[in-house]
This record gives sequence, structure tokens and C-alpha cells, in this order.
Amino acid sequence: MREHISGQYDAELDELRAMVTEMGGLVERQLQAVCLGLSTWDADPAEPVAALDKAVNRLEVSIDDACTHIIARRQPTASDLRLVMSIVKAITDLERIGDETTRIAKMLETLCALPALRDPLPELTDMMERVQSMLADALNAFVRVDEARALEVITRDRAVDRAYEALVSRLLEAMEASPERLRSYHNIIWCARSFERIGDHAKNVCEYIIYLARGKDVRHQGLGSANA
Amino acid sequence: MNDTPTLAFDPADTCLNVEQLSVSYDGKAALREVSLTVPRHRVTAFIGPSGCGKSTLLRSFNRMNDLIRGVEVTGQIQLFGEDILAPAVDVTVLRRRIGMVFQQPNPFPMSVFDNVAYGLRLQGLSEQRTLEREVEWALRSAALWDEVKDRLEASALTLSGGQQQRLVIARAIAIRPEVLLLDEPASALDPISTLKIEELIGQLAEAYSIIVVTHNMQQAARVSDYTAFLYLGELVEFSATDDLFTRPQARQTEDYITGRYG
Repeated sequence: MREHISGQYDAELDELRAMVTEMGGLVERQLQAVCLGLSTWDADPAEPVAALDKAVNRLEVSIDDACTHIIARRQPTASDLRLVMSIVKAITDLERIGDETTRIAKMLETLCALPALRDPLPELTDMMERVQSMLADALNAFVRVDEARALEVITRDRAVDRAYEALVSRLLEAMEASPERLRSYHNIIWCARSFERIGDHAKNVCEYIIYLARGKDVRHQGLGSANA
Repeated sequence: MNDTPTLAFDPADTCLNVEQLSVSYDGKAALREVSLTVPRHRVTAFIGPSGCGKSTLLRSFNRMNDLIRGVEVTGQIQLFGEDILAPAVDVTVLRRRIGMVFQQPNPFPMSVFDNVAYGLRLQGLSEQRTLEREVEWALRSAALWDEVKDRLEASALTLSGGQQQRLVIARAIAIRPEVLLLDEPASALDPISTLKIEELIGQLAEAYSIIVVTHNMQQAARVSDYTAFLYLGELVEFSATDDLFTRPQARQTEDYITGRYG
């Protein structure tokens, strides 16, 4: 993309992109922390999540503010307008991913106070790996305005949903078999629900990337439309 | 250019049809093979940097370019299907059908009333009652009546710049043209007067086909239904305004409207 006649405008948009990258990085750290905690049945790795969430929230406000200023002062058009609109939307999803990780971190604390579960939960591991890679790829695609990668990430959300459904079935059976562990299983279902939502938010970010790349809104239209 | 992103309108919805129009001044090309259709009862904006040909295109519609020495025009322009470039066309009649308003308000040095009545009298209208009715209608249509109804006999030159420009628009529409050409109609006005003119453009589009040439892209975005972007005498893109300003198809349009041109 060529530079604007106004170097200051370029600098403002660069600063905006940098803030989004920073916010994405913080949210990734939050997600990694809770995944590590759940994998190791240890609340310690998730301890920084709450503090990170405050930083994420502050960044969301700053980015919103910067976008408002750019709209008021620059009246962006075409790809600049789509960039600002995509960022306004994407940071809402990033902030919600942060909220979900905070929720998981709290549940992890409760879980770790309960007796450890013996049975492995491969679906939970699968979900954690999938949503982490979805988020990382969505953020990279956003930085690079990589439409092909965004489309590919969108397709991966189905597998997260399937793993979630399989995990819920397994845990419902386990609840019947071992009612004494009901609280643990219940907490894990809530964690899984949050991971499933994180997958949805990563998918939303990818939909904004497609809008950013080609001005086409593919929300609520299914993959056929996104590929068209 | 066959790959120019453009729009076509149904003949019933077409006001002007331009085909392969080229204009040169003393052999220097100002417009190169421009083809586009201007829709009826809509606002169409022409945008582009200085020297892109947008004013030349606008002035081709009422044969204003004929007044310039050394001009050469090839191609076709049809107004509701009639060839307006044919030598037999009575240019005076054409200019009655296609009114024009310029950047600098140019009221005649006479009263407000006489300014608006001028064209009507030229057409032979002399009955005072009819003149009064038509003048009031034109001033109301130009959103000026309430401001000048008590000083219709005052000199038009006592009005503010914004009022003068609306007076000139009233004068143009008094003779009920089919098309209104506006050449930078608000660029000499303050922001409030500009907004009044823009509001007026939207209202007038219900009855007239309007073409606006403007340097102010945000103005084009605000007032027009369709926008044509011209560059170096060529039509680069002609799209619905909503599309052109959010997802232009041509790279040159993108560069210009995002301020990357230059």
C-alpha cells in the first residue's frame, strides 16, 4: 500500500495497528496461561491472567479512543475506513476473549482446590490446542490482512464445536458414574464453554479480516458466502 | 478502456448518455474517450484532482466548451436520447434544459425578484401575478424564500454569499430545467452555507437530475448517489457513492480518496 500524502496519518494508522498487535499479544498470553494451568492442574500459571486483563481493558479503551479521533479528524475512506471499522470490532472480540480467560482462571482456582481427576480429557486438550492456534493465526492474519488464512481459520471453528459437544457428553456420563465429582466436572464444562466461545471470537476476528481485505461482510452467511 | 468499473442504467432512468467523448483544447487532450450514463433524478458527483477533466465533462453537457477557441469534441452525448452535440442543436434551448451554477455566486446587479424573474421574462412571461407565483416557487425550492420574502426588491448583492448562491440556484430552476449542473457550488461558501446548499441538492434531486463537480470528496460522499472518478482525462471508476467510498474497485480511486494520490 502506498503511503498517504499526510505522513502523520500514516503514523496514526501504524500506531493503531501496533496497539492492536499489543492487545492481541496480551490476550494470547492470557489464553496460554490458562491452558497451561488446566493441563498441569495448577492454578499458578494462570495467576497473571487478572492483571493482564486489566491491561487488555485499558488498551481496548485507548484503541477505541484512537479510532474515534481518526474518524473525526481524518474521515477515513475505502481501505482506511475498513481498517478502522475492523479494528473497532476486532478489539471487542479480543477483550471478550480476555474476559473468558479470566473466567477460566477463576474456575481453575476452584478446580485445583478439589481432588484431582484421574481420567484424561482428550477433548479438552484438543479444544485448548485448537483455540490457541486459531487465535494466533487470526492475529497474524489480521496483521498481514491475509484473507486466505482468515478463511482457513474460520473453517477450523467447527472442530472446536465438535470437541466441545464430545466433551460435554463424556462429562455428563462421568457425572452419572461419579456424582461425588460433580463440582469438578461442572467447572470443567464451564471452562470448555469459555474455550468454545474463544473459538467463536477468533472466528469473528477472521470475518473482519475478510471485510478489511475486500469490503465484503461475511458475517451470519456461512462459509459458502465467505468463499464467494 | 473496457475494464473501467462503471454502471449502466435502464434507458428510462438515464438522463445523459455519454459515449466515447474526447475533448481537446488546441490539440491538448482534456478528456479521452469517456463513456458513462448519468441517471435521472439522482445526484451524480464528478471528482478528481485538478486537470482531471471533470469540469470539461460537466461543461460539455450544456456546450459551454463551444465558447473556447481551439476546442475539438468527438464522441456522443445524448440528453434523454437526443444528440446534443449535433450542429443543428439550438444551444440556447439546450441551456434552458440544462441549467448551470458556478463556484462564485453570480447574481445580476438587480433586485432579488428580478434575478429570479430574469429567465422567465426572457421566455416571454410578463404577467405580474404569474411571475410572482413562479418567483416564490423558485425561491421556496431553493430554500431561500423565508430569508428574502420581505426584501424581494432589495439588490441581490446585499445578500450573503450563501444566500446569493441559493438565489442563483433559484434563478436556474425558475425556468424548470431538466438537468442542473453544479460546478463547485459550495467551495466559496462558509461551512453553514455549504451544509444548506448540500441539503438543497438532496431536495432538488426529487425533481431534477443533478451533476456536481467538487474538489471536496466528503461533500461528494455526503450529497451524491453516484460518483465518477476522473484522472488525467480518463474515467477511472463510476460507482454507487456508497461503494466508491468504502470499497473502490480501481487502485487509482483507492489512492485518491484515501489521500495517497500525489
